[in-house]
Amino acid sequence: MNEVLLNNTEIDSEENFIPKNVGLNAEEDLLFRKSRKGSCGVDLPKIADFKLRISGKKRVEIGLPELTEPDVIGHFVNLSSENYSIDAGFYPLGSCTMKHNPRLNEKVARFAGFANIHPLQDESTVQGALELMYELQNWLKIMTGLHSTCLAPAAGAHGELAGILTIRAALIAKGDARKIILIPDSAHGTNPATATTCGYDIKIIASNKKTGEVDFDEFKKLVEEYGKDIAAIMLTNPNTCGKFESRVKDIADIIHEIGAYFYCDGANYNAIVGKIKPADIGVDVMHFNLHKTFSTPHGGGGPGCGPIAVSKELTDFTPSPIVVKEGNTYKISAPKSTVGKIKGFHGQFGMMVRALSYMMSHGADGLKQVAEDAVLSANYILAKLKNHYNVPFDGPCMHECLLNDKIQKEKGITTLDIAKALVEYGMHPMTVFFPLVTSGAMLIEPTETENKVVIDKFINTMIYIANEVKSDNGNKFHSYPISTPRRRVDEVRAAKNAILTFDQLIKN
Amino acid sequence: MRYLALTKLEREQMIKDTGISHVDELYAAAPKEFILTKKIDELPDHKGEIEVETHLRELSEKNKPASSMPFFLGAGCYYHHVPAAVDHLIQRSEFLTAYTPYQPEISQGTLKTIFQFQTIIARLTGMEVSNASLYDGATGLVEAVLMAVRIKKNKRKVAILGDLNPDYLAVLKTYTDLAEIELISKNEIDKNTAAVITAYPDFYGNTLNLEKVRVQADEVEALMIVVVTEILSLGLMEAPKMADIVTGEAASIGVGMNFGGPHLGFFACKKQYVRQIPGRICGATVDEDNKESFVLTLNAREQHIRREKATSNICSNQGLCAVAFTIHSFLLGEIGFKDLALLNHQKACKLADILAKIRGVEVTNDSFFNEFTIKLSKDAKEVNQKLLERGVIGGLALDNNLMVIAVTELTSEKDMEILAKHLKEIL
Repeated sequence: MNEVLLNNTEIDSEENFIPKNVGLNAEEDLLFRKSRKGSCGVDLPKIADFKLRISGKKRVEIGLPELTEPDVIGHFVNLSSENYSIDAGFYPLGSCTMKHNPRLNEKVARFAGFANIHPLQDESTVQGALELMYELQNWLKIMTGLHSTCLAPAAGAHGELAGILTIRAALIAKGDARKIILIPDSAHGTNPATATTCGYDIKIIASNKKTGEVDFDEFKKLVEEYGKDIAAIMLTNPNTCGKFESRVKDIADIIHEIGAYFYCDGANYNAIVGKIKPADIGVDVMHFNLHKTFSTPHGGGGPGCGPIAVSKELTDFTPSPIVVKEGNTYKISAPKSTVGKIKGFHGQFGMMVRALSYMMSHGADGLKQVAEDAVLSANYILAKLKNHYNVPFDGPCMHECLLNDKIQKEKGITTLDIAKALVEYGMHPMTVFFPLVTSGAMLIEPTETENKVVIDKFINTMIYIANEVKSDNGNKFHSYPISTPRRRVDEVRAAKNAILTFDQLIKN
Repeated sequence: MRYLALTKLEREQMIKDTGISHVDELYAAAPKEFILTKKIDELPDHKGEIEVETHLRELSEKNKPASSMPFFLGAGCYYHHVPAAVDHLIQRSEFLTAYTPYQPEISQGTLKTIFQFQTIIARLTGMEVSNASLYDGATGLVEAVLMAVRIKKNKRKVAILGDLNPDYLAVLKTYTDLAEIELISKNEIDKNTAAVITAYPDFYGNTLNLEKVRVQADEVEALMIVVVTEILSLGLMEAPKMADIVTGEAASIGVGMNFGGPHLGFFACKKQYVRQIPGRICGATVDEDNKESFVLTLNAREQHIRREKATSNICSNQGLCAVAFTIHSFLLGEIGFKDLALLNHQKACKLADILAKIRGVEVTNDSFFNEFTIKLSKDAKEVNQKLLERGVIGGLALDNNLMVIAVTELTSEKDMEILAKHLKEIL
């Protein structure tokens, strides 16, 4: 393997070498091809010979490249230039809430008193950390009007799992284990995946074709059919069509009448934070995505943090740990009939620090404004684009608006082409082909941290694309993007012949 | 408010262009009685950067960080050095504020990093393939067990050989109770055993013989799962390449303790099981110009495509922690990774020797990496309390006078002397 590494660092001989016209757009190769034997990016003390006390043999080779600190920094700086990011521009991914990530949050999370503490330290030495978790629990409780919280879940899907486990435990404690969970067809894939993980059968509620909301009659039919076999409904509100479920209280009442629970997927909480308390509309459990509503960075895929808030009735059953206050002392504790632990230690504490920093920065007044601005911006986009793109569901939207490619498809241009055209024009596309309830979905979530100039530029770009398609100039979009580090990639090939490591790549 | 983008004037213009007279009209679908007309009174109003920073600094200063005193806690979370370059690079906007790389044309930076992460994990563990990370070591073990049971369709028992980290066991139990999987011990292994799990090193720090575990797994056609709570150990110990699945915790490299999270779960296995892997995976392919490219692949396993039939409900993973791990691993490289592991082991050996000489202390391990267990002549929790009064954070105190002691490159000789001095006095 080392030969491979070494060979790849060779460059052509002087007479054969022709420089490439790359300017600032140089290609960054994998570091596994840039190893230079004898290099090391750290200085460690020399270790005198001693007798090893491992049971097996000493490891001879790992297979890491050999590099210096400048090599590594150069590599990642160049790699970063092949990435788009929220700091670089508009990122209207629906149901993802790509809002600005304040740098203050990063700074405070790095205080030694937060970053360098161990989860098993004596509680007397981590009172500040526990106090922070307690404060965060209070913020979430007050905002939702719910009774208690658990911060342990690592991400949204993990929060769903925590919530459904809590419901399951409460039902079992009543001697009333049930089998079914109702989920609308517009739900995120994590909802059905979570319900199955928790051992439930799923019944899908169709969305109303006119409104994009849960079809109330379909819902009632399912309740009549399955009645007390139903453990819960998992409802995203506002839903992924960008709609506030107008019958939400009626749905909650019916669900409660049959002794089932209302699980609210809080992925779209940004539309109502500080504006509507989920407890008021009948929610029994809700998860938060601290990495959406409360601005902790997505980091190219994580880490997230997905706390849950629950009603009084469910308080004793949530996962552990929770933080309690006794006198002036904060303690790690477990709910009376907890379903147990779902994650190592206490959850994604570093994200909790960032989220609290964000909540304090906004305060009650600011959070209400967050929701209003997010909703206003989405409706402004909807108003400007509704004459150019098909809007599958009438009426105002919440913090994201849903369009589809019905008009453009007649000219052979699909949502995928529109998304890739946006990439070519220098912005990140919206969420595409989701929700599944409308064909060729485009779900646009601008968030409250984009100003009108940015939003107008997006609107103009979308109108330009629609006009080009209309006047039969849309075929160019099939080949877009062309100015990006890569053009469209062959996803079929990637899946068919899975090459997942450098070893497989060089063998191929 | 500094993070809100719209000016008052812009709002007014947008309200007008949207065709409404007040933003509350947009909430018309919500029953009116539930719309809060005022801000929530029980919460404070917005605060400036100085006030927020001050409050959080005050909270942080109520904690005693590992950097402030001799420190010997481990048990699945280790106090290691993170090079300055790592933290600098992961705070670059392009890594920090990007979403999951679903648009490969403008995400090659993240994708190339994940591909390299997967390669490093595969090579460290001796496995053929790896995913793009999971939440942490404990949930990694859960996913390994659920995957093994999926593969071994009708088998519902999973055996635990040796001593697992109790935190991992607690998390595993929540999920196996749910999935009706029976956790059994070594003596209960039978034909219905889907997998055998062993920790490497185990909770007490012992480095066990994995060949024997392989034999036990093969006898009943079970999968072999190896769980590694300290990934640095793989720089000194042989790769557990006889396993079917290797999972565990990688926060020791580049991530840090963070009071237990975010950490970094890793998951690697044999290639034949690739379509059963949970979570995201990055693969190599080409673009329209036939250039080498990277993309998230094998999506048909995942919840956004397969919904209730997905291999796991996981969506967000530990992306940025995986970036940090990859940067730190490259800084260390072949030489540094092995040297760092050796340094940890050497320091642990040194402390074990020092402690073994103290009356009332017995080192219980025959073998270990950077963590070992001592048996004290007094109750370990009481000893720890006394150590704390003297400004030392001891190891993890267990029943039966046992204490698990962790040593890293950050443990100085002076720290060791201080611990020894106080133990002598206390015991």
